[in-house]
Amino acid sequence: MSVTEMFSYIQGFLSADQDVREDIRKVVQNLEQTAREILTVLQSVHQPSGFKEIPSKCARARELFCTVRTHMAELKTKFPAEQYYRFHEHWRFVLQRLVFLAAFVVYLESEALVTREEVAQILGIEVVREKGFHLDVEDFLAGVLIMASELSRLAVNSVTAGDYGRPLRISNFINELDSGFRLLNLKNDPLRKRYDGLKYDVKKIEEVVYDLSIRGLAKEPESGGDK
Amino acid sequence: MIAYFCMVSGEGWSRRNAEAAQERDALANSSSPVIAAFKVFQQELDTRHDKYERLVKISRDITIESKRSIFLLHRVTNIPDPEVVLNEAESKLDGVRQKIGQIAEELRGEDIYQFHRAFTPGIQEYVEAITFLHYIRHRSLISLEEINAKLVFMKTGNGLAEAPPSSAHVLTFQVTPADYLLGVADLTGELMRLCIGSVGNGDIDTPFQLSQFLRQIHDGFSYIGNTGPYEVSKKLHTLRQSLGKVEDACYTLRVRGSEIPKHMLADVFCTRTTHMDTEEGVV
Repeated sequence: MSVTEMFSYIQGFLSADQDVREDIRKVVQNLEQTAREILTVLQSVHQPSGFKEIPSKCARARELFCTVRTHMAELKTKFPAEQYYRFHEHWRFVLQRLVFLAAFVVYLESEALVTREEVAQILGIEVVREKGFHLDVEDFLAGVLIMASELSRLAVNSVTAGDYGRPLRISNFINELDSGFRLLNLKNDPLRKRYDGLKYDVKKIEEVVYDLSIRGLAKEPESGGDK
Repeated sequence: MIAYFCMVSGEGWSRRNAEAAQERDALANSSSPVIAAFKVFQQELDTRHDKYERLVKISRDITIESKRSIFLLHRVTNIPDPEVVLNEAESKLDGVRQKIGQIAEELRGEDIYQFHRAFTPGIQEYVEAITFLHYIRHRSLISLEEINAKLVFMKTGNGLAEAPPSSAHVLTFQVTPADYLLGVADLTGELMRLCIGSVGNGDIDTPFQLSQFLRQIHDGFSYIGNTGPYEVSKKLHTLRQSLGKVEDACYTLRVRGSEIPKHMLADVFCTRTTHMDTEEGVV
């Protein structure tokens, strides 16, 4: 095989690769659009009036997740299943956002941490790599960390809206999350950087709880903040 | 009054923190669903990081051994029997292939792109070494298929308890086109050194052959241009420099080769190349 032939073979491979990336980018754009819509729906819980509407907002978000599932199904057809990590960078960001949104919806509904299986089900993807398009554990954790900072914001706003019980529950939840993350041995990677931000969320919520407890506003019997 | 308030709040903080720490310890020991979930994540991440580190280590070994075979191959210019050196390099590369077999073993059942970053430097270096060896032997560019054809490993099933001892499975490792391309780009630097080295030995033909081969590779890279991976465009610059040096060497040989006695050729050449190097330093 001559040098010229070899290079044109490689060139053919490279342009095929670019076509696949182009296709993926298009679907990912749609996913990003839907993710923004869901975020807009959920953002309204920070409004003083939004606290009463949490169930209806969550229902609306869950409807929008149907669109996410169709986009995901489309994305799966764009590349061979065993080459997931080759194109991972293209959807990594949006997938983390979607995990955050799913986790946030589940938290608002049940005040519990979403499991990886639940997120995969909401997004219409798999948990295990062998079964196809899956949810990488690092992406899942990154999404959970985005939710933690959203919750610290929610704690502040719920006080403004006159809901004094919520910050205490959020505080307990975040503390549990923090001790969960302490179990992980993270490398010096993007996930580690994001985890380093968690302590500020914890601190912020503790400040809110402190403010409430010195003023005697935290009167929930089961919470430990009013000793 | 303000000072007093601050003091109280300061005390409140430390007490609050101590409570929080206690709470956390209690939580860490408890069997709450969150902690249970994170224990699973811990295991999964640790397994993945361990595998990654093992691959990095193998890749480093491959890099070192490949570099050594390249150094060895540079010696072909000044010894009477190149076949000895070539065979020695061949057996060194056999050792490297064993190591690539270990990578293939680690990657069995995995997505190779998930760990690609761990071993790509080693693979590029191997491509550089094998293409260099192939060029010296056959004066042509080894193709990607030929490289991949050498990376088929037979493993006997003794490592696995469930497999019967007689059974053997075949493992393959595929060099990606991008790694191949980057390895070939590195090869051009070695060819440039080979060219200068052979001039030093009074070999007049090799530089002309090399300049032709390098030009073909250069044209190939220009054809790919910026459709390739990002690193390719970086290497293209170095490739141009190497090509420039080789073309300049051929020019000098053509113009002055007939005037200068063979034994002095090396001296002329050395001064000229060093002159070129300093020029580059300024630019």
